[in-house]
Amino acid sequence: MNLTRISGTNKKHRVTLYALSTCGWCRRAKDLFNANNIEYDYIDVDLCVGEEREEVINQVQKLNPRVSFPTIQIDDSVVVGFDEERIKQLLEIK
Amino acid sequence: MSVEEFSPEIEQVYEQLKKEAEEGGYHLNPDKQFTLRLIQGLLTNEKRFGYRACPCRIAWGEKPKDIDIICPCYYRDSDLEEFGACYCGLYVSEEWIKGKVPRKSIPERRPAKFAIEGYSESKPSDQTGQVPNRLPYPVWRCKVCGYLCARPEPPGKCPVCKATKDRFERFM
Ligand code: SF4
Repeated sequence: MNLTRISGTNKKHRVTLYALSTCGWCRRAKDLFNANNIEYDYIDVDLCVGEEREEVINQVQKLNPRVSFPTIQIDDSVVVGFDEERIKQLLEIK
Repeated sequence: MSVEEFSPEIEQVYEQLKKEAEEGGYHLNPDKQFTLRLIQGLLTNEKRFGYRACPCRIAWGEKPKDIDIICPCYYRDSDLEEFGACYCGLYVSEEWIKGKVPRKSIPERRPAKFAIEGYSESKPSDQTGQVPNRLPYPVWRCKVCGYLCARPEPPGKCPVCKATKDRFERFM
């Protein structure tokens, strides 16, 4: 699985974003991370093909059985959908 | 956040969707930048698959498996009713525009089974609704907005929500 790392000065938490390149809420998640200099890994699942796509969908399914996007893993917590308050709380940002 | 540039094609589709939405009693999200991004996603999917699959859902690229999530999807009206916005936030209700309902991302209504296996027609479980069997015409139901019409064939396009003919089901 080919995650893209976006480097940032805030490395306090391990953040992985499973996104769709076309989705407005996934985009909002990326914007929020970028605006707060959060370091994170992401993958645009709709751009994956073949085995990688299967692998990443399986991974998302484990975290979120509905396989909906964005699915965000912050340390050991999973946030489904762009729940801004919850994300900010987990990332300890305002 | 900087203001993005969108191609004339995207702006044009925006104007068209906006017009159609308003004619049918719907509203596009007034956050134009957000809406244009979603339309960009719809057009990306149209180029990839040949139809406008929902930008916020994972599509198969096989029309029968994605038929319920072609925009406007089968879930739009229920989401508008319950949350004031469709799952993607492209369509919103008047209450949402007026700020009377909280603006947040909403839970997925599409059954998980469809996300994993693709759409499949559910069998009508309720057989109690007896339908007179001598109707002069079959009745067709738009699966997007529920529009009904009685005629030999479903319309080419739903006059209310503009869904195409293949998204009608025989209702009676
Ligand atoms: S109506 Fe909304 S949720 Fe449904 S496909 Fe279109 S943009 Fe997505």
